[in-house]
Amino acid sequence: MALLEIDKITKRFGTNTVLDDVSLTVDAGEIIAVIGRSGSGKSTMLRCINGLEPIQGGRITVDGMQVNDKATDLRKLRQQVGIVFQSYNLFPHLSVSRNITLAPTLIKGITEAEGREIAREVLQRVGLEEKLDAYPDQLSGGQQQRVAIARSLAMRPKLMLFDEITSALDPELTGEVLKVLEDMAKSGMTMILVTHEMGFARRFGSRLVFMHEGRIREEGPAAATLAEPRTQELETFLGAVLH
Amino acid sequence: MSYTFQFRDVFAAWEFILQGVAMTLYLSAVTMVLGLAIGVACAAGRLYGPKPLRVLVGVYVESIRNTPLLVQLFIIFFGLPSLGVRFDATTAAVITLAVNLGAYATEIVRAGLEAVPKAQVEAGHSLGLSGLQVFRHIVLFPALRMMYPSLASQFILLMLATSITSQIAVEDLFHVASIIQSRTFRDFEVYTVIGVLYLLLALVFRGGFALLYQLVFARR
Repeated sequence: MALLEIDKITKRFGTNTVLDDVSLTVDAGEIIAVIGRSGSGKSTMLRCINGLEPIQGGRITVDGMQVNDKATDLRKLRQQVGIVFQSYNLFPHLSVSRNITLAPTLIKGITEAEGREIAREVLQRVGLEEKLDAYPDQLSGGQQQRVAIARSLAMRPKLMLFDEITSALDPELTGEVLKVLEDMAKSGMTMILVTHEMGFARRFGSRLVFMHEGRIREEGPAAATLAEPRTQELETFLGAVLH
Repeated sequence: MSYTFQFRDVFAAWEFILQGVAMTLYLSAVTMVLGLAIGVACAAGRLYGPKPLRVLVGVYVESIRNTPLLVQLFIIFFGLPSLGVRFDATTAAVITLAVNLGAYATEIVRAGLEAVPKAQVEAGHSLGLSGLQVFRHIVLFPALRMMYPSLASQFILLMLATSITSQIAVEDLFHVASIIQSRTFRDFEVYTVIGVLYLLLALVFRGGFALLYQLVFARR
């Protein structure tokens, strides 16, 4: 069974339809790069997957749990689905360590000491072990984003969502965050990335999804689709972002 | 001007004055705790509660903030006995001041809670935390830090406003002043001394609040 199944979903903000009949199936281990213009519905789709945005039609199933079902415990579901935002959203009043251990200690009932071991381990994965006791405002943007990734990893999710996580960073910092994503990709993590990093999408994406006006306009193997777009819209979009 | 200042009679009553200071401190301290509790509860109710509760809190806040404290005090102390609800003067004063401060605190706390970015709340929910856990661990502390200066000013205003309870014969600092005045007829001296004492109290509170801020919020 697929890890994620998005089945003909519709999302409206008032009378404005943001997602229109969107379907997507993701198997464990896949890396999906979602591209498209601002306002094409990429981020909204991501936010629907972990239930941050309710949908008005269709269904989303993650690891057998239906997102848009009253009987589903969204908190359980969200433990399986990590999300990292463009603006990092670290908790400014908590240390890096506490940012990471907050959810595991509160939800999984582990001790602070055990949590700290987990924090050390996930920070190691993002190359920031020495920042265990730093506070978010002492870190660069790239470091904050890597901590945000570590925070999600600490919950051992089966699926990771990345919402334009390098868009607020300069090229150098973008590089260090992409390096972390590369390592995760190699470790077999299932990931969906909304991104403008075409190079990353080409090299690591198992599939590319191009969204246009609330629909999936084109979908296919990442490298091939980027090299030879089939639709005029994707060709125009790539022409605009690659030059 | 041939008036001779004469503070001796005023200072002779220093023990009496200290009793007044003690009562003013008592009223202030108890009311701050109660008022803050009312404020946090009502702010949470107004922000997250069901519609009827939100309306109810709104009515409470607006009716208190738009009527004089003296009127509120008289309704509770002189008015309620007509309905069979009777309080002694100090209790009536504490209730009135707490209800009054609670209304102002509600608005301050609400503004603080609303100032915490929605993205922080979403990040908490995304990690699988419950609404209560998000409020307790993610929203409350930054919100308190943001509302702290306003809350501290409001507390000092309240401390000064306790003087109004002398109107129902609560033996606070101002009441003591009136009594000394009626015995000595040294109006200028009495009220100047009492004014300076209020000023000192306010400065002590301000210093205390600044220290508390350093201890609690300005870590690292």
